[in-house]
Amino acid sequence: MSAVPGTLAVTLRDLERRFGDFVAVNRISLDVRQGEIFGFLGPNGAGKSTTIRMLCGLLEPSGGQGTVAGLDIRTQREEIKRSIGYMSQKFSLYDDLTVEENIDFFSGIYRVPKEKKAERKAWVLDMAHLQEHRRTRTGLLPGGWKQRLSLGCALLHEPRVLFLDEPTSGVDPLSRRSFWDLIYQMASEGVTVFVTTHYMEEAEYCDRLALIYRGELVALGTPGEMKGGLMADQVLRVACDRSHEALGVAATVAGVRDAALFGRDIHLMTEDAEALAPRLRRSLEEGGFQVGAVERITPSLEDVFVSLIEARDRADGAQKEFKA
Amino acid sequence: MLERLYHMLVKEFIQVLRNPRMRAVLFVVPVAQTIIIGYAVNTDVRHVPMAVYDLDRTPATRDLIARFEGSGCFDVVRRIASEPEIQKVLDSGEAKAVLRLNRGFAEALSGGGSAQAQFLLDGSDSNTASVALSYASRISADFNRSLLEQRFARTAGVRLDAEPVALASRAWFNANLDSRNYFVPGVLAMLVAVLSIILSSMSIVREREVGTMEQIMVTPIGRLEFILGKTIPFAAIGFVDVALIALISVFWFRVPMLGFPPVLFLGTGLYLLSTLGVGLFISTVSSTQQQAMMTAFFFMLPAFMLSGFVYPIANMPKIVQLLTYLNPLRYYLVIIRGVFLKGLGLEVLWPQMLALTALGTIMLLLAAGRFRKTMG
Repeated sequence: MSAVPGTLAVTLRDLERRFGDFVAVNRISLDVRQGEIFGFLGPNGAGKSTTIRMLCGLLEPSGGQGTVAGLDIRTQREEIKRSIGYMSQKFSLYDDLTVEENIDFFSGIYRVPKEKKAERKAWVLDMAHLQEHRRTRTGLLPGGWKQRLSLGCALLHEPRVLFLDEPTSGVDPLSRRSFWDLIYQMASEGVTVFVTTHYMEEAEYCDRLALIYRGELVALGTPGEMKGGLMADQVLRVACDRSHEALGVAATVAGVRDAALFGRDIHLMTEDAEALAPRLRRSLEEGGFQVGAVERITPSLEDVFVSLIEARDRADGAQKEFKA
Repeated sequence: MLERLYHMLVKEFIQVLRNPRMRAVLFVVPVAQTIIIGYAVNTDVRHVPMAVYDLDRTPATRDLIARFEGSGCFDVVRRIASEPEIQKVLDSGEAKAVLRLNRGFAEALSGGGSAQAQFLLDGSDSNTASVALSYASRISADFNRSLLEQRFARTAGVRLDAEPVALASRAWFNANLDSRNYFVPGVLAMLVAVLSIILSSMSIVREREVGTMEQIMVTPIGRLEFILGKTIPFAAIGFVDVALIALISVFWFRVPMLGFPPVLFLGTGLYLLSTLGVGLFISTVSSTQQQAMMTAFFFMLPAFMLSGFVYPIANMPKIVQLLTYLNPLRYYLVIIRGVFLKGLGLEVLWPQMLALTALGTIMLLLAAGRFRKTMG
């Protein structure tokens, strides 16, 4: 289980989980390298938590294989639990225990060796900036502080792989930022971080990303790769007054596959941005709108994901029609 | 194993005992309830309110009425003057019994004949009515005997002092047939059951509801460590409560403690094993605290009814009697009454102890078996 650089921390092969007829995770295969920050993205209900729970030994897979830290997720669940840290979206320490009591409890359950206990506790208090609040009832702490304490408790036993299931949901942006600083620090110490999120700016912080949608793996790569090569469509940014009304007009122009508001601007998905630009400007000006810049831009991760997901929806729709 | 269990115990004790309201529920409420219920559960029939409709108004009728009053079983609360009033006092509940003595009562007696006295009872409370009736029969039998003695003395000049059959009865274990001595130990069994079943049925499901369960399940804690960690603190609290209630029973209610207290404590331990097993089992099959609470009540009500706490098991239909063998309360009541009132020891109570051990072990194993470290 030692951290050999370049080895795989997590592997998934055709991993599948069904709940009755519903396929929550549909034959996902991917690898996560040791020391990587791996982002697992997708809309709510896409199967992110289900996957992470299978990897942590909380759920039994219905099909396929998987390993975590070299251990089989079907047969070595209890061994896996000793070598991973897990933190869920819901705050799950004991509210009625103090900060210190929570730390002592988890370090006892993980059987942190006696001689290391004090040191690990100091480390967690330090990392979570909770030295002065060690005797505070955990339930009284603000959300961001609780989150850091949760992370600390998940790291008490120095796991090699850390699973974070939407760790920053419901936390203010500043706390979210400092939380990610902690994740970077972990990764630099060789800990593999497997994190699910639906915040796009968080996705940018990851070394590699997997996008899943309706239980299926839609895309896999670094954030750069995703923005560069994965999207068939080009993105056209249009600055325009009354953009809300203009959106309706723009969406009907021939060649526009999809239109969405981004702040005051309109982003249009199209196959050929160069050809569309003049036609679009004409249509909007005829509609009485004041049109500013119309330019092709590099898509953001959000553009990429929206486009990939819509492409998948179109494909599924076509398939359904074909079947009918 | 021991290290994890130790940390589970520390955590559980902190959680249970930190909240002041919880402390009150655990230690003050059972004491207060014992005192209140100890006074309330009492099937002794004394001071039954009685009305008298005396149409004769002679020394003989006054003598009979005085015997009713003097018995301590009846209080004459009203003298009735007319027929319809009988109906009224019984309807309103002002009196539970009416003694009617017709005109000519004394005359019939002195003529050597038989005089009629009517005793009307409110039978809606059948227990009180039947006890009152037996008191009334005894009073009239005594009255008859003294009349006969007088007649014999007058006519034959002999003293009548021997009855053909004299039944000398004596109640063992509870000489005064004090119902409190019988019920107070039962209250103990009931309170401990309520406390331990409710606490334990909430425990696991609460962690599931709050979300801490998920965090526990990704740790390497063992199922047995977890279940024991949930059982031992409640058992300890149960013991403290049993001790408190036992002290109140003995020193406040003067319930005799004839047996060896450690036998009681052994029985209590085995009893708690089974009530906590039931509670934890409920907790593992429930998905919300509300569900667990409902299930606990559905278990407890029949458990009390079919325990012999109030209604004797021997009077139940055979099928229901068989059902009571699954009820831990049934065995504990025998143990607790046996130790308190009869001074019994293990040489008599071992079958009950054995039954509780078996029930408790089975329930705890079921609970541990139902408890999974996986979801869904």
